[in-house]
Amino acid sequence: MSDVLPEAEAPEWPMPRAAGCPFDPPPALRALTDDKPLARVRIWDGSTPWIVTGHAAQRTLLGDPRVSVDERLPGFPHWHEGMAAAVEYRPRSVFNSDAPEHTRYRRIMTGPFTLKRVEALRPTIQKITDDLIDRMLAGPKPADLVEALALPLPTLMISELLGVPYEDHDFFQENAARGIAHNVSAEESMRTFGALNGYLVQLVEKKAAEPADDALSDIAARVNAGDITVAEAAMMGLGLLIAGHETSANMIGLATAALLEHPEQLALLRDTDDPKVVAGAVEELLRYLGIIHGGQRRIAKEDIEIAGETIRAGEGIIIELFSANRDADVFPEPDVMDLRRANARHHNAFGFGIHQCVGQQLARVELQIVYCTLFRRVPTLALAVERDEIQFKHDRLAYGVYTLPVTW
Amino acid sequence: MKVTVEQDKCVAAGQCVATAPDVFDQRDEDGVVVLLTEEPAADLADDVRYAAAVCPALAIHIED
Repeated sequence: MSDVLPEAEAPEWPMPRAAGCPFDPPPALRALTDDKPLARVRIWDGSTPWIVTGHAAQRTLLGDPRVSVDERLPGFPHWHEGMAAAVEYRPRSVFNSDAPEHTRYRRIMTGPFTLKRVEALRPTIQKITDDLIDRMLAGPKPADLVEALALPLPTLMISELLGVPYEDHDFFQENAARGIAHNVSAEESMRTFGALNGYLVQLVEKKAAEPADDALSDIAARVNAGDITVAEAAMMGLGLLIAGHETSANMIGLATAALLEHPEQLALLRDTDDPKVVAGAVEELLRYLGIIHGGQRRIAKEDIEIAGETIRAGEGIIIELFSANRDADVFPEPDVMDLRRANARHHNAFGFGIHQCVGQQLARVELQIVYCTLFRRVPTLALAVERDEIQFKHDRLAYGVYTLPVTW
Repeated sequence: MKVTVEQDKCVAAGQCVATAPDVFDQRDEDGVVVLLTEEPAADLADDVRYAAAVCPALAIHIED
């Protein structure tokens, strides 16, 4: 016997966060899934996929090969009209293929992101961070922390790693930002995807002809070897470029806003010289801050029994990662930011299953360096506006702050 | 404790190496897991269990 609401009464998703609680999940979603880890919601196209909020249920489904990311299957719960409209134009990639096809693509992308390779980047990341902070401190007060540090740091890093010219950053940042808005028309989606894709295709062809010492050249070499097409290589490059700057940038801006509200937690991060404490603090910030809050999209390929419900073959599934990070069954007092939380690393901020974030180790090292360096070098850092004047990215698939005016 | 890994399932997230670097490593070319020791010392057991729990591909198996 199911106590799930009839489909006709499924509430609309996405839902707004509560006014004054920019760091917590939408209250209506919490009410909907208060006593069960999944429920039905209604999305932009009128369909009623399942939304999954429980930590255990998410891990079960994300690890289940019957749960697919194949966005071309009928009934797939696309993020918005634009994503649905461009589906035939997106080549196969790690984002829309299942194992074993996914494994083949993923292993072409993972080489630059091993722990060893990322650890070797620490001096470079530290220097970029110091240079950006020098420039901010030499400039006028107040400064926008997003423009001064949060956005340029990960963008510079991923550009250098991939071999994408940093001087093109305005172009790809703007198009990427439009592409991940909640509401994108078919026309705009085709335009931004077309522009970015064309740019990457050109770059891949250039790297195939004149290889350099960067990750995009390694990917282009696989085109020359006949392993993948230019379109597939461009999609890999585009995925890494967008995911590589947008998410970390939001983590830097949003964490700074949150830590300035919790001075005792900020002090812990600022005053420690223990790398384990810093690493643990970053895991807690990844857990506490819901950067990926639109819900990862999946579709059931077969009937799946979970938590007393049956997800039927062909039904959409929305895995709302942020809610799992606030699951009290796993994280006691889940709404408290506790940088010493012992099991913070169990968060789902990078997802779970075979699609878990490729660049997560790079993100971790960037965040470990930037938080420590910022609060140590600028101990008097403070908001230059009232908290309720901060503009949060409620309308984006990746949550964060649009700007963060700070002074010191 | 006896540890086994499934390289075919591994997605090179790097979680095991970050958690238990004395037991797990990654292949240079694609980050796929390399097991350094099948029978880790007792003082590493907790880290290895944590590594298995956070492995997103469920590719680490432990027999006690």
